[in-house]
Amino acid sequence: MIWANQLIQGVLLGGYYALLACGLSFMFGVMRIINLAHGSLAVVAAYGLFVLAQRWDVHPFVGLVAVVPAMALFGWILHRLVLDRSARAGELVPILSTFGLAIVLDNSLFEGFGANTRSLAPYIDTLAYDSWTLPGDIILGQLPLLTLAVAVALLAGLHLLLARTALGRRIRAAAQDPETAQLVGVNARTVYAASTAIAMMTVAIAGAFMAMRATFDPYTGPQQLIFAFEAVVIGGAGSLWGTLVGGIVLGVAQSLGAQIHPQGFLIAGHVVFLAILLARLYVSYGIRHFIRSLRRGPA
Amino acid sequence: MTTQPYTAPFAVQRWTSASIAAVGLVLAAQLLLALGPLLLSANLVDRLTTLFIYGILALMWNALAGYAGLVSVGQQVFFGLGAYAAVRLADAGVSAYPALLLGAVLVAGVSVPVSAFMLRLRGGEFAIGMWVVASLTHMLVNLDTLVQGETGTSLIALQSYSADDRRAYTYWAALATMAVLAWLVFFMLRGKVGAAAQAIRDNEGAAASIGIRVLPTKRLIFVLSAFGCAAAGALWVATSITFQPKTYFSVQWTAYMIFMVLVGGIGTYEGPILGAILFFTIETLFGGTGVAYLIGLGATAMLFALLLPRGIWGAVEQRLGLQLLPIGYRLMVGAADPERGGAAAAATTSATAVAKGASR
Repeated sequence: MIWANQLIQGVLLGGYYALLACGLSFMFGVMRIINLAHGSLAVVAAYGLFVLAQRWDVHPFVGLVAVVPAMALFGWILHRLVLDRSARAGELVPILSTFGLAIVLDNSLFEGFGANTRSLAPYIDTLAYDSWTLPGDIILGQLPLLTLAVAVALLAGLHLLLARTALGRRIRAAAQDPETAQLVGVNARTVYAASTAIAMMTVAIAGAFMAMRATFDPYTGPQQLIFAFEAVVIGGAGSLWGTLVGGIVLGVAQSLGAQIHPQGFLIAGHVVFLAILLARLYVSYGIRHFIRSLRRGPA
Repeated sequence: MTTQPYTAPFAVQRWTSASIAAVGLVLAAQLLLALGPLLLSANLVDRLTTLFIYGILALMWNALAGYAGLVSVGQQVFFGLGAYAAVRLADAGVSAYPALLLGAVLVAGVSVPVSAFMLRLRGGEFAIGMWVVASLTHMLVNLDTLVQGETGTSLIALQSYSADDRRAYTYWAALATMAVLAWLVFFMLRGKVGAAAQAIRDNEGAAASIGIRVLPTKRLIFVLSAFGCAAAGALWVATSITFQPKTYFSVQWTAYMIFMVLVGGIGTYEGPILGAILFFTIETLFGGTGVAYLIGLGATAMLFALLLPRGIWGAVEQRLGLQLLPIGYRLMVGAADPERGGAAAAATTSATAVAKGASR
């Protein structure tokens, strides 16, 4: 029964990873940029909510009303000042510039807030630990369930945005072929800036849930980036629903790993990530090779 | 109208009097530095050892990113493994200094299977993929009972040397490693491998289409870089004696490498050396300010990536046509005598020209 419980906790944890990863996946899908400051930006949003809650007693969910637009604005500026320029300078430059940004953000947070670990859990009443108990002593935390629901809602929202709206059409056009999109009147630069802003809105929400479910400190960002990246790659880079699957696979692996060994949480996550990467590289190659040999065979 | 054949006098050159003088100076400086422990104060010897280790890291990251186009944010995996291998080997009875070298060789061996599938990832995926490998390796090293988790351990075998001997030996080991790797990279880049790697960096598909063997070339540089970073880690453990996994597998090391290479000049041979000296100077002056110093490093790296992507040496090379340690060839147009040709007409070989040279 303990394994069933771990499995369910893993799925719920996966909801958080999907939430964290959807902005990363979205930006990669649209601009082919992997934003190495992704995790650090989620931590920035968390500190924003923390300051609102601590100073002015603003409930984190209310605080999001201010933090989400602020992060969107930040995303727009980020694209205009950093991403746009570096993407034009070459494929590898965004990696370097966003890595530099992450170092600046992490250490600035340390300068401003010190090394103390913080959490938003004290500011959300009993939601932090409220739960339902299912038969077999399986505990369903309300916050993890809410996280999973928000992740699904956000992914569905992004999907609808891309599939149904005018902005979504422009984003898809600019993602496929910016030059041609430009010819038919889509301003690729503006569309990319808007996409970055949208990604940062999801990052703000992810930061809120990160801070409610656990503690964070100025150097939490890089670890969150790695989790988000693993979820994106496991699920298939750039695919939104794949990100949900990827997050859940990662969450389940970590949760089961933790049951096996005290250090197993991180190790299992990384191992599953690398195993899936390896399998995708070799199995897909093997299958292609096999199909080619079949085609060649009869002729 | 018939096209006139281009008849302006031109010459292709590699060596200039300036570069011959520079290579001579570098050799002389290296020989002079070898006398360091006999002449300099203990503190200065320690500081120079640190500088040499930074030099190794910068050279290795530049060979990887600047020449093979492989941006990795996980090179700390080899730095940490190099230190860990040295500690493990010393514990098994190998004497301390041979353990440093043997450790680096073993890590280079480990990097071969790692390269087999990491090199199939592209761009940003390779970059963070390496970070995941580093993180996983860190966790696995923590499981070793010798290391005792984050508590760490020490390179106790070094106790058999007196403090002065240890300082001098570590200094010489660091200097020799840096010099050997620097000359190795120099001659490698001047040869077929360098031309092939740069062609791959600039356009992998085009490089493959003219017959460059993409994967073996990348692998060679990846393994070399792993060896260099491992040697640097092993040397670092020889200077600081304690081995704490958290410090050695920290992404900070890669941040330092990126800073040195970006500021000095990515994809230039002289750049990372300049970057290492600059970083060393900045650290000596501002390292005590802690966090503000790290913010400055990150911001500087970001600004260089955005505004001066070829770094300081790249700008110098472009403006003055100066190549002190010549890797490429230069086309001197309109100059019968290349020595008087003037820098303005000099052009370092373009990627395609280099690629043609490599295609055999």
